[in-house]
Amino acid sequence: MDFELSEEQQLLKDMVARFMQDRYGFETRGKYMKEPLGFDPAIWEAYAEQGLLALPFAEEDGGIGGGGVEVMIVMEQMGRALALEPWMSTAVIGASILRNGATDAQRQALAEEIIGGACKLAFAHSEGPARYDLAHVATKAETSGEGYSLTGDKTLVLWGGAADKLIVSARVSGGVRDEEGVALFLVDPSASGVSLQVYDTQDGLKAAEVKLEGVQGELLGDAPGKGMAVIRQAADEAIAALCAEAVGAMEKALELTVDYIKQREQFGRAIGSFQGLQFQASDMFVELELAKSMAMYASMCARDPDPVERSRACSAAKAQVGRSLKALGERSIQLHGGVGMTMEYSIGHYFKRLSIIDRMFGDVDHHLQKLDEAGGLAA
Amino acid sequence: MELEFTAEEKAFRKEVRSFIQENLPAETRQRVKEGRGTSREMMVEWMKILAAKGWSAPRWPAEYGGPGWTPIQQYIFLEELQFNHAPEPQGFNISMVGPVIYTFGNEEQKKHFLPKLLDCEYWFCQGFSEPGAGSDLASLKTKAVRDGDHYIVNGQKTWTTFAQHANWMFALVRTDPDAPKKQMGISYIVFPMDLPGITVRPIQTIDGGVEVNEVFFDDVRVPVSGLIGEENKGWDYAKFLLGNERIGIARVGASKAKIQRIKELAASMPVGEGSLMDDPRFRQKVVETEVKLKALEMTQLRVLSDIAVRGGKKPHPASSVLKLVGSEIQQTCTHLLMDVVGPYAMPKSTGGEGSNEPSVGPDWADAIAPGYFNYRKVTIYGGSSEVQRGIIAKAILGL
Ligand SMILES: Cc1cc2nc3c(=O)[nH]c(=O)nc-3n(C[C@H](O)[C@H](O)[C@H](O)COP(=O)(O)OP(=O)(O)OC[C@H]3O[C@@H](n4cnc5c(N)ncnc54)[C@H](O)[C@@H]3O)c2cc1C
Repeated sequence: MDFELSEEQQLLKDMVARFMQDRYGFETRGKYMKEPLGFDPAIWEAYAEQGLLALPFAEEDGGIGGGGVEVMIVMEQMGRALALEPWMSTAVIGASILRNGATDAQRQALAEEIIGGACKLAFAHSEGPARYDLAHVATKAETSGEGYSLTGDKTLVLWGGAADKLIVSARVSGGVRDEEGVALFLVDPSASGVSLQVYDTQDGLKAAEVKLEGVQGELLGDAPGKGMAVIRQAADEAIAALCAEAVGAMEKALELTVDYIKQREQFGRAIGSFQGLQFQASDMFVELELAKSMAMYASMCARDPDPVERSRACSAAKAQVGRSLKALGERSIQLHGGVGMTMEYSIGHYFKRLSIIDRMFGDVDHHLQKLDEAGGLAA
Repeated sequence: MELEFTAEEKAFRKEVRSFIQENLPAETRQRVKEGRGTSREMMVEWMKILAAKGWSAPRWPAEYGGPGWTPIQQYIFLEELQFNHAPEPQGFNISMVGPVIYTFGNEEQKKHFLPKLLDCEYWFCQGFSEPGAGSDLASLKTKAVRDGDHYIVNGQKTWTTFAQHANWMFALVRTDPDAPKKQMGISYIVFPMDLPGITVRPIQTIDGGVEVNEVFFDDVRVPVSGLIGEENKGWDYAKFLLGNERIGIARVGASKAKIQRIKELAASMPVGEGSLMDDPRFRQKVVETEVKLKALEMTQLRVLSDIAVRGGKKPHPASSVLKLVGSEIQQTCTHLLMDVVGPYAMPKSTGGEGSNEPSVGPDWADAIAPGYFNYRKVTIYGGSSEVQRGIIAKAILGL
């Protein structure tokens, strides 16, 4: 048992923190959001230069071989900065799928492109009525000549408009919610038959609705129909990453709030001197620490070879982080008073990102139910 | 003790309900129901409809153009509006400045302003808060210096709701900077918003909308005829105004309507083979909220009965619970709606009215997250939850 960062991990943390501090401020972030892709392409290039895109890939694929803890370190800093780039969809979800669901040749070829900064990925998986059910896949894949032809509608595809390649889930057999019969495909978003409706999200990112009409897709891996295990693994890694991102955002939100109540004066004294606010700030700290612990737990379990244990840990983490981010996020606005309600202060932007993280890859109730059905957490 | 309303009161409720059903414009109803907020035009249109019926100022005595209702009728009326997705009467006009004018204003002011408040010919905004004066309102700095028949006003107000819609403002300004207590040097004045030297700057809120503004005053010459009551007594009038707000402040009707909507939408949200309403975890949260809302409603009725039966001269101690719990329940409802909408909380509205872009997810989904964000305000304004708890501790518990 050891919860300390290794020397290398500490270096990684310092490097990312410094980079984010240099490149991300409240105003610069606002400018990046107005870029056509929804972020600054130069930052993506810089991620490549700093090795952040090589991080999740094995050394033999030209990567650095980072694991769950390294992902946590990066995502925490991204949460602090409210970073806008598709790092999670590329280096967490995409990399996980390539690691577990692609042929060696596919993985090596794509890893090279991703590491160099030339390929951003988006995961086109969710469908309209699926809610949080990962197995809900109605999109069809039919063999056509050498490859597959895909038809269906994907929704809420984060960074769908910025991606150079889409990873699309589709059914080769079985009924809509069957565990068997799902496969993953690489799709070129400019291929004929793909249409994208790109829109802004409540928390300042961009997502897309993706319509596929007889689109050519390259099958990932060589076992069509066995895709669900790959998807569940990737989703758990995404949950661990989101928990870490939430922790970063919560940590920053707490700092902003404490700074604010130290400096804001009413009734002739700093409002932070009122015990009613001190206790609330203390409760926020408690929530942050609980969330931090669970984010660590999830990131250490996210690649557990036992899918049952892995998924239990990730559900427990997402449920706790969901509760904590609500309690902390809502209080952070409350303690700011009116200024917390404005787009002109950064606190509201943190609150909004946290509130949306709560609804990604399953909310509190969803994960409690999953855990409950799995018999709860073992002692 | 008697829980039932009288036959007359029940008949009155029916009358109000059918009036709303027959007269509330469909689009306005839809916007209120979906939590999208109403435009100035919609609000004014509805105020004119209510005014024509004599119902736009439920609390006002008949001599000033109100319906002269009993407290219980006022309550029933407000509850029916809230429950049936009708906008409440424009609050700044009807609940705030109107009662101050008919209680403390002179005859000329009553004659001039009251009719124009009733049908929203004048749209008032409230200029109380300043950047440095929020919870500690008495520390306000905007000053008004007498110069013949005018006050010369300099300073800044902020968080001014719908200043962009308003053609008049009522404001607290400092007229005696040397008063022995800061509460004592404040006056209550009203003036048109198009006076030279007034600048309104919109503030975008976290829901993406613009409902509050900063208002700057640069040597604004306000006619002295806009002083309400006596100079330097403005604090008393402001306090009177706040004490006046005991009926409808809990917004029980609005929360009832929200819960009904939560259930409807949850039943339309597919989860697996069924809907979200089949999920016991979700239903438990809804029913817990319903119980709390019932407790709030009964508390509201106790306060109401105190006013109706015993005259309610001194505020009932339970009245301090109304704003505190009412605002928290409203927030719980917006969070339950987040539970309902689930992942479709994420997309921002794709373009609003007239846009050709199809909506992403259910067509009501894009208003849910903004509603949750926006309702953080209800525990901040009108006396924050912390301030409310402070009042209970000091004034009621004697701590
Ligand atoms: C959407 C919106 C609309 C508004 N509309 C109007 C309007 O139309 N006209 C107008 O005049 N004003 C308006 N307001 C302003 C509102 O009245 C103030 O926001 C409110 O008084 C709180 O003041 P503040 O924002 O300066 O917060 P602060 O007073 O700075 O409070 C910050 C935090 O400190 C807490 N706090 C303050 N004092 C104490 C204490 N003694 N003990 C414990 N905790 C304390 C507060 O509860 C809060 O959590 C509006 C505000 C909002 C958000």
